[in-house]
Amino acid sequence: MQSSHKWGKAYLAVVFVILYLPIGYLIYYSFNKGGTMHDFSGVTLDWYKEVLHDTRLWIIVLNTITIALLSAAISTILGVIGALAIYYVKSQQVKQILLTLNNVLIVSPDVIIGASFLILFTMIGIQLGFTSVLLSHIAFSVPIVVLMVLPKLQEMSPTLIDAARDLGANQWDVLTKVILPYITPGIFAGFFMALTYSLDDFAVTFFVTGNDFSTLSVEIYSRARQGISLSINALSALLFILTLALVTGYYFISRRSGMLGVGGRRR
Amino acid sequence: MKTNVRNVYLLPYVVWMGMFVVAPILLIIYYSFFDIEGKWTLSNYQTFFTPIYLKMAANSIWYAFLVTLFSLLIAYPAAYALTKTKHKQLWLLLLILPTWVNLLLKVYAFLGIFGTYGLANAVLAAVGIGTKQILFTDFSFVFVSVYIFIPFMLLPIFNALEELNPSLIDAARDLGASAWMTFRRVVFPLTLDGVKAGCQAVFIPALSLFMITRLIAGNRVITLGTAIEEHFLVTQNWGMGSTIAVFLIITMAVVVAVTGNRKRG
Repeated sequence: MQSSHKWGKAYLAVVFVILYLPIGYLIYYSFNKGGTMHDFSGVTLDWYKEVLHDTRLWIIVLNTITIALLSAAISTILGVIGALAIYYVKSQQVKQILLTLNNVLIVSPDVIIGASFLILFTMIGIQLGFTSVLLSHIAFSVPIVVLMVLPKLQEMSPTLIDAARDLGANQWDVLTKVILPYITPGIFAGFFMALTYSLDDFAVTFFVTGNDFSTLSVEIYSRARQGISLSINALSALLFILTLALVTGYYFISRRSGMLGVGGRRR
Repeated sequence: MKTNVRNVYLLPYVVWMGMFVVAPILLIIYYSFFDIEGKWTLSNYQTFFTPIYLKMAANSIWYAFLVTLFSLLIAYPAAYALTKTKHKQLWLLLLILPTWVNLLLKVYAFLGIFGTYGLANAVLAAVGIGTKQILFTDFSFVFVSVYIFIPFMLLPIFNALEELNPSLIDAARDLGASAWMTFRRVVFPLTLDGVKAGCQAVFIPALSLFMITRLIAGNRVITLGTAIEEHFLVTQNWGMGSTIAVFLIITMAVVVAVTGNRKRG
């Protein structure tokens, strides 16, 4: 048994290295004087300077963060409403239908979501840009929040609500003083997932964004299509630090609520 | 009193669903019956059933299958090894962490690694194979896709392995089953749900990866996703794009039906 343990550890270490190698590679070459992703010719911070002075890029970063925060906040509210809706539905059949429809956007490939939203926004006459990107991010985040909140609702004992009602609480009191405090961990997890989904989304945004609005993923794509430029590497190092901070935050939140719900990223 | 509460939450949720789940799918189906001039026609479907498109669809499914298979082969042992470590949650988080790095950046990294003078070719040269063209081949497409999807395969399998009752394994061993036999007859069947969920989480997105095909495979690999993107954003032929999308939706429904409609994560 001991030897198989060793092999298991070694194998995990290999997978671990492979997963982190590209990220390390990016960050390593972000200091390369040579300006390419090979032949390290000396350390420089020029690429970081370039990124810091790139006003257009910073506007895009702000766009991305604004969209992420707004869409996460709105989709969290909608998602909680959705989870409550499913929770209160009496008939099992209706519950199943709602859950199936809820999961459509989770299993749909990005391209389908992007293309169908492009048609939708064009037909309604919503200008492609900030609004369309925000709406689509809200749309694909809501189902995630529902799935994060629903288990919390289902593990809550219904007698809690009965007790509150018997003690004279009205609907609003029950919601704000009993239900919401109970499902807070799920709400936080959902908000966090929505945030990361939004920050990471490329394909959907790529479809529904206009010419004058861009998010970070779309920008990286269009720059990468023009070939290698080390300012992207410098940017990736900065983003990696930010990601570490976010994930650490998420880790502690999920530790507190006792669930590590990392959904499959649909990308 | 759950029974006589008026469900006030249902309306906004149902409105949202109608708007962003039902309507988009109906619109895709609706648009697939129009040609580029906006005339009502079935010609898009005729076009789809020509050899060019059928071959592309078959190719796309084949590559998605390969990506899913390799992800499974790499992720299953990793998940198994993970359940045997001491600080499981921490290790798991470390393995999942790369998924939180922007996908485009990881793809971009491979532009450097697989480049003519990149790391991969440096290694190949050092072991005496010599430099090869790695970028813009189907190998690079499959490799990068598998790299991207490993964590998504790993997580549901890990969860399934965690739920497995260890005494079942002990029982099998006590009754004289070899390690392989135990795995084949006990462990694998009991974690099949996790495997299915993982395959679902990998196979469907793998059909529609257009950014990897564009950046890494240099359009050597055309997936259904690439074709849809091309029709919608380049040639502006929404009808044909929608028709391919309809087939992608059908494929998705089949995959979900086969792998069971379990929620992921």
